[in-house]
Amino acid sequence: MARIGVFVCRCGSNIGATVDVKKVVEALGQTPDVVFATDYMFMCSEPGQTLIQDAIRDHNLDRVVVAACSPTMHFRTFSSAIQRAGLNPYMLEMANIREQCSWVHPDKAVGTPKATDIVRMAAAKTRWFEPLYPREIGVTRRALVIGGGVAGIQAALDIANAGVPVVLVERSPSIGGRMAQLDKTFPTLDCSGCILTPRMTEVSQHPNITLRTWSEVATVRGFVGNFEVDILQKPRYIDESKCTGCGECLTRCPWKGFPLEFDEGLGTRSAVYRPFPQAVPNKPVIDPETCMALKSIAEDADRLPDPLTGAAPKRKPKCGLCQKTCPREAVDFFQQPKIMTEKFGAVVLANGFRLFDPTVYGEYGYGRYPDVITSIQMERLMNAAGPTGGEIRRPSDGKHPRSVVFLACVGSRDEHVGRPYCSKICCMYTAKHAIMLKEHDPHVQTYVFYMDVRAGGKGYDEFVRRAQEEYGACYIRGRVSKIYPDGDHLVVMGEDTLMGMPVQVEADMVVLATGVQPQADAGDMARKLGISYDGYGFINESHPKLNPVESNTAGIFVAGMTIGPKDIPESVSQASAAAAKVLGLLSQPTMLGEAMISAVSQARCTGCFTCEQVCAYNAVERVTLRDGRQVAQINEGLCKGCGVCATACPGKVINLRGFSDQALLAQMNALFTLPEVVAVD
Amino acid sequence: MLTFKADQPVAGNALLRAIQEQSGARVQDCYQCGKCTAGCPVSSFMDLMPRQVMRAVQLGQADLALHSSTIWLCASCETCSARCPMEIDVAGVMDALRHLALARGIQPAEKNVVLAHRVFLESIKRLGRVYEVGVVAGLNLGTLHPFANVVDVGLPMFLRGKLNIIPERATRGEVKRIFVNVKGT
Amino acid sequence: MYTYSYFPGCSLHGTAKEYDHSLRLVAGKLGVELQELEDWSCCGATAAHSTDELLALALPARNLRLAAMTGRPLLAPCVMCFNRMRVTQHQLENPARRQAVEAILAEAAGRPVGEPATAPSQPPVEVLGLLQAFGNDEMLAAIEAAVTRPLKGLKAVCYYGCLSVRPPEIVHPDSLENPQVMDRLIAKLGAEVLDWPFKTECCGGSLALARIDIVLALGRRLLSMARSVGADCVVTACPMCHSNLDTRQKQINAKFGESFKLPIYYVTELMGLAFGYSASDLWLNKHLTA
Repeated sequence: MARIGVFVCRCGSNIGATVDVKKVVEALGQTPDVVFATDYMFMCSEPGQTLIQDAIRDHNLDRVVVAACSPTMHFRTFSSAIQRAGLNPYMLEMANIREQCSWVHPDKAVGTPKATDIVRMAAAKTRWFEPLYPREIGVTRRALVIGGGVAGIQAALDIANAGVPVVLVERSPSIGGRMAQLDKTFPTLDCSGCILTPRMTEVSQHPNITLRTWSEVATVRGFVGNFEVDILQKPRYIDESKCTGCGECLTRCPWKGFPLEFDEGLGTRSAVYRPFPQAVPNKPVIDPETCMALKSIAEDADRLPDPLTGAAPKRKPKCGLCQKTCPREAVDFFQQPKIMTEKFGAVVLANGFRLFDPTVYGEYGYGRYPDVITSIQMERLMNAAGPTGGEIRRPSDGKHPRSVVFLACVGSRDEHVGRPYCSKICCMYTAKHAIMLKEHDPHVQTYVFYMDVRAGGKGYDEFVRRAQEEYGACYIRGRVSKIYPDGDHLVVMGEDTLMGMPVQVEADMVVLATGVQPQADAGDMARKLGISYDGYGFINESHPKLNPVESNTAGIFVAGMTIGPKDIPESVSQASAAAAKVLGLLSQPTMLGEAMISAVSQARCTGCFTCEQVCAYNAVERVTLRDGRQVAQINEGLCKGCGVCATACPGKVINLRGFSDQALLAQMNALFTLPEVVAVD
Repeated sequence: MLTFKADQPVAGNALLRAIQEQSGARVQDCYQCGKCTAGCPVSSFMDLMPRQVMRAVQLGQADLALHSSTIWLCASCETCSARCPMEIDVAGVMDALRHLALARGIQPAEKNVVLAHRVFLESIKRLGRVYEVGVVAGLNLGTLHPFANVVDVGLPMFLRGKLNIIPERATRGEVKRIFVNVKGT
Repeated sequence: MYTYSYFPGCSLHGTAKEYDHSLRLVAGKLGVELQELEDWSCCGATAAHSTDELLALALPARNLRLAAMTGRPLLAPCVMCFNRMRVTQHQLENPARRQAVEAILAEAAGRPVGEPATAPSQPPVEVLGLLQAFGNDEMLAAIEAAVTRPLKGLKAVCYYGCLSVRPPEIVHPDSLENPQVMDRLIAKLGAEVLDWPFKTECCGGSLALARIDIVLALGRRLLSMARSVGADCVVTACPMCHSNLDTRQKQINAKFGESFKLPIYYVTELMGLAFGYSASDLWLNKHLTA
């Protein structure tokens, strides 16, 4: 006979205001097998938990029903409470009478009978509970960081410094990410490269970090503590073990003039290139689309073998100047992509962001008029290692602009282009640009068309004020409707909403402060990892307030812009937070798995493997028994306890622990055998 | 000065609701960015900027909105509606305000614009089609400038045969009855 | 090739009759048959929609009904008429409005109220403007083939105005801010089409009647930009734009001390010239600005 204890929580007025808790307790007290029933104001509090523990001891309870909020809130709380009182932690059922009852029905006459039903059903279910014991799973003490921007770099360093080996995967030829493209950072106006490159070097030299650039994550298998990841290393066509980064090949390559991605369309590169001088690793990469040698090899590969001899066509590549020049013979045109499969216990996703493409605003003329540029292009112009050597020059004629207009909120706070959110950093980086332009040329006049200035960080508002007070930036409140060329300059049509008058500004150059958005393949990456993302492609945190660096999948942590718009200090903080979580996870050699998972009764299993077909987590394994029969077996690490296999199994041989057929039927029975069926409107 | 009384909530005020129902535009979504005004070809001739008219509607200030020259100088070019980041049909709001102003018998800030519309419509009502000479003549008389545009525009056009002296008629009164029926609804 | 019900609108029978005339000539050359809509009436233009919502729907709806009965698509070269027709179609998707308008029309026409304007099986009339009818690939090829005298050396800017592109959800232009359909057409005629930033800027429209000062100011701005990019002429498809820039050019010059000499051509007039018609064939002398 079961000895059930029922504890009904008032949750302040959350439950107490719309459910007559005393009536529920009274009804439950008369239910068979319930030997103790009571209520309390806040069951999850310390005195509440003590109340439960005392009742367990005083009344010899062997299972507990807590009628309160959703189990996602406090299952763990009560579970460990009863465990401390000596019960198996799974001898607990939470009856949700808050989200599923008291918060939905404002009328006590409706809420109370419904709550009573819910709790009665829960009690009936617990009669079928058995103690459950989670398995111990081994943990691989290695971490994977995806993304080599400032967040990825910080996470990798923090994890590596704690003695845990890290693999850092970055898909471009160098780490550094967006921060490497910047000239200065707000609000300190530190040189971005100067503060970032020491960290980059630390990564490359750290004994615990394996850096894989020009690489991508291909597939992810496994579960928390036991991930198996295929990493695709794209061919650089340069042997990294031989290359010293001397740069001779770069000077010799005759195939030039291709757009350099790092310079956002303003600078050029040759077929063999380094994205920027301080690249880490400092080894170039050869682009197969533009390298004559590689293109000739690719063409030859399409040619059929000689019909007479059957020999493959001789593949002597054209050009090959870099190969001839290289003092270390590091150029290898036949380098193949490699897939390396590695095991990790935890993953940190820090794959960053891209910027909004303002071409869609036909009225601004980006892409039509060369002197309308984006903010990241302005960074490249300002950067001394950029395409103009740090001189601010108009793309059209190379002249220094005297009048520069900035437009805020391009691709942000705009329903019309599907980006209603604020990108958070643009107000600050625009103020920075206004200040830096004046530093480059004291005769420049800057105008900033803004809607609201968002400068919430430390020293941020003062920074924006400085742009206006010390650097003469003219801030005009209003969105711009159109930019058009008139003779030598551009005309910007806006409104000064504070004056209530339309304005026209003659500009030599216009900078669009473009908003941020997730990477184009953010959804693909999230799906590879099995984590969820929102409608824009930003990764969903487990909880935006309390779990900001965890994803919804155990073992996968997230940091930086991939979650949402933020500045560098926030990215770095999140990276360190994610690293701390990783280190916590990997601090023990084993971890407890989930106990409420499925189990196959292998004696009765016929081996139809319907369960394997329906399992979304690839948790069903095929095993051969001693008698030669092939039956299903659930991998206890991968199983999430969703129960689809249990429902699909035609022979009903799969039991979902904690949700057995008998328990669920008892729960239903408790509802339908009641004398009164409550009608809810 | 704008005053807001404690027992008169400004959200969902009568003017806002009327305009939203008429035009379908969600005026409460407007965040006063000014892009409509910035792109409006005639904003520099208006007393209130289009953005300010939207604000007036949000705040239930019917007098401000309906007495403005803005609603009558609006050329219905639709640039505002096409570019509004909150996808509000600003031009539609202007139409709705015009209708409301006329329905309430408010003296338009731009008398001649309304007069021109009336003369134009009168021509359609009588003839089924616009008799351009008649419209200009009617307008000139109504504005007490009988010879406006005659010499520099009217005469050259006449000499080139662009002006029909005899009006075209169509529909045998059917259009007139349409006008009457509309008035009756 | 194509047969359209043709809705000239009041201007094309009046002050823009050269538009109507040149359209008929070039349509003939391209195998496009135009059958003027029997007993058409004014669409109401700006005056109607600015003053009365129901009237603004009823007037075009009358013509849509007539067009539907012909079973042919409706060509309305005047962009204002084209716009009003399409907007009306869109608005009348609302059943309450449709019912109200049909009752008004039926009573005015002496039909029993309740008789539907179009049979339920008939799709709504396809309304086309000049650029829709002549700007598709098939017609562009036909136009190119019909050119006998390419307009070499003529530098033109294409002025779309407001109603050729807005509202975008009604008109469905190829591009809202930088349309190319007229540019492509004029290029097929052998002219040099110049890019300019005021393709879709408003000319002031019917404000010409009551606030000529505004129209002159806007006109000046447009002509100034056209001149600044090096245009010899401005091409348009809208009779209102044409009137504001052509008939008022002298007034613009006088008021602002300018000396603009930019002829304003209808698309169909340039087509006519390229097809071999002479200026007098096309009634080009009807323009005020030579």
